[in-house]
Amino acid sequence: MKPARFAYARPNSWSDALKLVAAGARPGAGTQSLGPLLNLRLAQPDTIADLRHLPGYAGLAIAGDVIRIGAGTTHAAIEDGAVPGRVGEIMANVARGIAYRPVRNRGTIGGSLAHADPAADWVAVLPALGATAVALGPTGERRISAAHFVTGIFETALAADELLRFIEVPVLPAGAHWGHWKFCRKIGEFSKATACVLALPGQPPRAVLAALDGPPLVIEDASALMRDAAAEARRIADRLPDLAPWRRAIAEAALRRAVERMRA
Amino acid sequence: MSKIAISLAVNGEPRQLLAEPREQLVDLLRRDLMLTGTHVGCEQGVCGACTVEIDGAPARSCIAHAGSCDGASVRTIEGFDGDAVMAALREAFTREHALQCGYCTPGMLIAARDIVRRLPDAGEARVREELAGNLCRCTGYRGIVRAVLSVLASSKWAATAE
Repeated sequence: MKPARFAYARPNSWSDALKLVAAGARPGAGTQSLGPLLNLRLAQPDTIADLRHLPGYAGLAIAGDVIRIGAGTTHAAIEDGAVPGRVGEIMANVARGIAYRPVRNRGTIGGSLAHADPAADWVAVLPALGATAVALGPTGERRISAAHFVTGIFETALAADELLRFIEVPVLPAGAHWGHWKFCRKIGEFSKATACVLALPGQPPRAVLAALDGPPLVIEDASALMRDAAAEARRIADRLPDLAPWRRAIAEAALRRAVERMRA
Repeated sequence: MSKIAISLAVNGEPRQLLAEPREQLVDLLRRDLMLTGTHVGCEQGVCGACTVEIDGAPARSCIAHAGSCDGASVRTIEGFDGDAVMAALREAFTREHALQCGYCTPGMLIAARDIVRRLPDAGEARVREELAGNLCRCTGYRGIVRAVLSVLASSKWAATAE
């Protein structure tokens, strides 16, 4: 099986890239998610606009208490420590669990988030970290909370004429407590349930439950989960709509185990 | 649909190709350049049979479409003659019965070389984690893991990276 025919465009400037996307081109970054969909003909774009050569697409800048990560930064770069500090340590561990190293060498954090597969790692982790997606459109940048970025299966808050330009993550104190657990029967396969919890000194803990066939469930105040993880995880999982019983059971286990990991 | 011009450096040789945008790197390697050591397996990035090096890092050639490779430097399993780590891995794979049919072997070797160079202190658990992206359907991995561990144990290769 080969992909359906498409045209290839390699914009050299962000304004050219935005024009291509506004005209209907499918943005391509590392194409580690899009590539399989092309080969299976589940995606049949007319044109792919290759973003990989745009200036500043990959890379990192620190401004005060925010780290601005170029959307084209690869998972492998993050795994290898591109992001500094406590948040970088958390992200490096997450990155190491994404697919396989040869995939991480090309796949990008922005491409993965914008692709918005509900089972993708950054879709779960970035809302938990309190990240912000920075979209670039014809009139400039627009900031979207990661908690509201993915709106459905392969659906995001990006407008048809916008591109994901940066991911901003907050610098976290060394005392930030983090727990993350995902259910995979084999290393590197798509998660069947992912949960994350982040507790910062002086703030209510935040939890995210994802890989739910829809947008991630973001719990801005997960204090109840911290008090009684077993009971609250069951209560949250019971209220999830339209999930098969086994999915509900592992969603519950994911939340419980993320809390256990945080305390380990 | 018109073809696009693709410039590659493949195993050190400059190559000028014409490709349909929908073709993947593995198609160009196997059909146009007759480098058939790179195998086509799942075509969705999971099995690892098509793993090559693109710009010095292992990558799946089945999900790297032609345009995205224009200007890239590619190294296939045919391009490792004279590489000390690869030579040691080939010996170890033979010694430890790390292959039967050989279908996964080119991708396994490229992944294994990356492990040896990037993670010189890896133990068995880490080697198995790192090899999760290369499927073998006949030897059952024990020999493969043994082979990689024996090369890791024989020297500290990171210091000799070319």
